[in-house]
This record gives sequence, structure tokens and C-alpha cells, in this order.
Amino acid sequence: MPDKSLESDSDRRAENHSEGRAETLLEAKSLSVSRGELQLFADRSFTITKGELVQLHGDNGSGKTTLLRALCTLMPLDEGELYWRGEQLPAARDSYFSEMAFAGHADGLKTGLTPVENLKWCLIDTPPDEDACYQTLAQTGLAGKEDLPCRVLSAGQRRRVVLARLLISKAVLWILDEPLTALDVSGRELVASLIEAHIEQGGSVIYSTHQPLPLSSRSADQTLMLPG
Amino acid sequence: MLDSFSTLIKRDLTLSLRRSSEWLNPLVFFVIVVTLFPLGVGPDGQLLSEIAPGVIWVAALLATLLALDGLFRDDYSDGSLEQLLLSPHPLPLLVLAKTTAHWLVSGLPLVILSPLLALLMQLPLQALPALLLSLVLGTLSLSLIGSIGAALTVGLKRGSVLLALLVLPLFIPVLIFGSGCVAAAASGFETSAQLSLLAGLFFLALALAPWAASAALRISVEA
Repeated sequence: MPDKSLESDSDRRAENHSEGRAETLLEAKSLSVSRGELQLFADRSFTITKGELVQLHGDNGSGKTTLLRALCTLMPLDEGELYWRGEQLPAARDSYFSEMAFAGHADGLKTGLTPVENLKWCLIDTPPDEDACYQTLAQTGLAGKEDLPCRVLSAGQRRRVVLARLLISKAVLWILDEPLTALDVSGRELVASLIEAHIEQGGSVIYSTHQPLPLSSRSADQTLMLPG
Repeated sequence: MLDSFSTLIKRDLTLSLRRSSEWLNPLVFFVIVVTLFPLGVGPDGQLLSEIAPGVIWVAALLATLLALDGLFRDDYSDGSLEQLLLSPHPLPLLVLAKTTAHWLVSGLPLVILSPLLALLMQLPLQALPALLLSLVLGTLSLSLIGSIGAALTVGLKRGSVLLALLVLPLFIPVLIFGSGCVAAAASGFETSAQLSLLAGLFFLALALAPWAASAALRISVEA
């Protein structure tokens, strides 16, 4: 690792310490990303600290999905750097991926498998046992549907399986792209309560949404605006 | 780490067994193509046994190609490919697991069925061991080489034709040594040279293809 980043890392830690702030998880330095000819955003810098809730605001086509995918290293950056716990990505990909969970537009579920099979074969660091899968699915309101193929579940029920996968991943940072899509009122409340519980346990969440998230005890700590 | 390898194989095999068309179609294609030859060139036993090694090998190669398009396509469209790329496990290992599972349902059935088709094509019985061995090594290599092409074309709407154009030239060495091996055995010659070369191609593909396919997958999801 170059000396410069080590230095800035220790500086930051000292700074955090003096201000009594939580540790920095993900740091974005002057990100620029474009799709084809279209530049979506340029020179965005921000940090996500432990226990922080970050909301991403922007109109359709403003680059919310692209930014979130770039944060997952699924999109190449035109310029800028990403750091996970002070180490530069994508070199520190392995430690990043074991502590990060992403829920994008596509569910990432196998429709031919049941919710339980989707969870128990989801390739996280430590594979969950079957009991934990059943418990987590009950927690997201899918009790009784655990052994049906995901093919017969509705779009909203599949989103609930995705929520169960987030819980079971034990990830620190959740990156959620439109987590409220296809969910009913109780589903939206479930997302909000899961996010709040995750933050309270010291996790961090960055999410994008067009609908207000029905948070009961807090609001977003940081809001990132993307120009239209 | 090996847990993730076996987990992914288990997942893909379960899915394939629940959707039988995925592995049954290429297999039926293989059988039909080979049976077309006695109908097309006539029931001349001498001629059939002469062309049998080439016919069976070309049919196996095309059947493998037919199955290859589905290797990553479903995962790409339902988003599980993203989850695969974001897994903390080494991607080449996961790609190798997917390719292995794919071979178990698309390559292995071809090998198992090939003696039946060899009888149909009047291939001398003494060539059967060479046919089986060369097909095992050959279809494994084809699946591995093909995984690179499948990974490169997975993001394209009509990727299957491009996939064929990309990987067929790379299949040629396997075809030459595979059918050459069976032809030599049918004429009563030693086949160890061809088999060694096939094994060499297999190990070369095993060492390189998972890494190349992983890099190609990362590029494919960027679009």
C-alpha cells in the first residue's frame, strides 16, 4: 500500500477520534461515472461511516442506480477512488464483499428454487443453516411460503426473500437500490424497521428511493443529491 | 472456500434437474444429428464406419455449443450473476463450479449416450474405449473454452450466433485430436499420443479458462 493512503488513513482515524465520530466504512473520492456519452455525475466525494443512514436523491435517469452499482464495483469509474476501511477498491474487494450486501433492481433469486434454498445456497462467507433460513424468512413475513418455488411467489414476496438474504448475510453495509419496489404498506414498514434495526446494531445503509421510507425513530443522517 | 464450490454445483444441479429441457434438448439434438447421417448417406456400413468418428465428434461439439448459451444467461437476467460477482469467494472458483455443473448435465450425458450412437454408425467395437475417453476429455475442454465465450456474450441480446463464431475456431484443436483418436483406434492403431494431447488441452483450458471467463463476466455486467 502506498504511504500516502496510510497517512491519510491514520489522519482520518485521529480526526474521527477527536470528534468522537464512528469509523469510516466506505469513502468515495471525486467519483465520476458516465454511461456511454452521457456523464451522470462528476467529482462526487462522500463518506459512509458506521451506523449511518444515507439516502440518495435524484430524478429518473439522474444516475442513482449507476452510483450504487459503482459503489459495489459493478460499474467502472471514469475517475475517482473508492476506499473500504481505508483500503483502496477493487484491490480490497475480498474484505469488502464479505461485509457488504447489495440488493439491486433484479432480485438475484433463482425462481426454480424455494426461498429456503435461495438463502442457504447464497454464497456468503459462512453458509447459514436451514433453521436460521426458516427463522429469517418468518421475520420478513414469509412464514408458510418457505418451501414454494420462488416462481409462484409475487414480486413483493420475492422482495421479502431479498430482505431475508440481506439479514442472513450479516453484512455491515447494505447498498439498496429502490428497496420499496413492489412492496405493500406492511412491506414498506418492514423495510423501514429492518433498516432502523440494522443502524442501531452499528450497521450502515445507503439507499435510493422515490417513495418516502416510513422511518419511525430517525431520518437519514446524510442525503446525497444527484442533479437531473 | 471449497464449500462455495460444492454449494454452487449443488444449486446448479438442482436447478437443472427441475428444468429438464435445459439438458435434454442438447442431448436429443446430439442423437438426432447422428441418426441423420445413415439416412442421408445411405446404409453403407463401410462408409458409415469410416465417417463415424468425425460425425459423432462434430455432433457432440455442436450439442455442447447449443448448451453453452445457457451457462450464464439465466444468472445474468435474474440478477444472480451480480450476487455471484459480489460474493467474497474467488470468482474463478465459482466460474469453475458453474462450468463443472454445466458439464455434468450437458457433457456427461453425451459421453454416456455415445456408445449407442457408435453402434448405429457401425464404429468398430475396439474403438469404444477411445471414443469414451476422448469424449470425456474433449467435452470437458469444450465446456471450459466455451465458458469464456459464454461469459463474453452473456450481456448481448442475440449473443448465441456470436458465441458460435467466437468459440468454434477454438474448438478446432479439440475436434482434430478427438476424432483423430477415435479414427486411429478404429483402424487398430495406438491412441496414447492423441489422448495425451487431449489431456494437455484439457489442463491448459482448466488453468486459463476460469480466469478469462471471470474477467469477461465482470466486463459483461458493466454494461
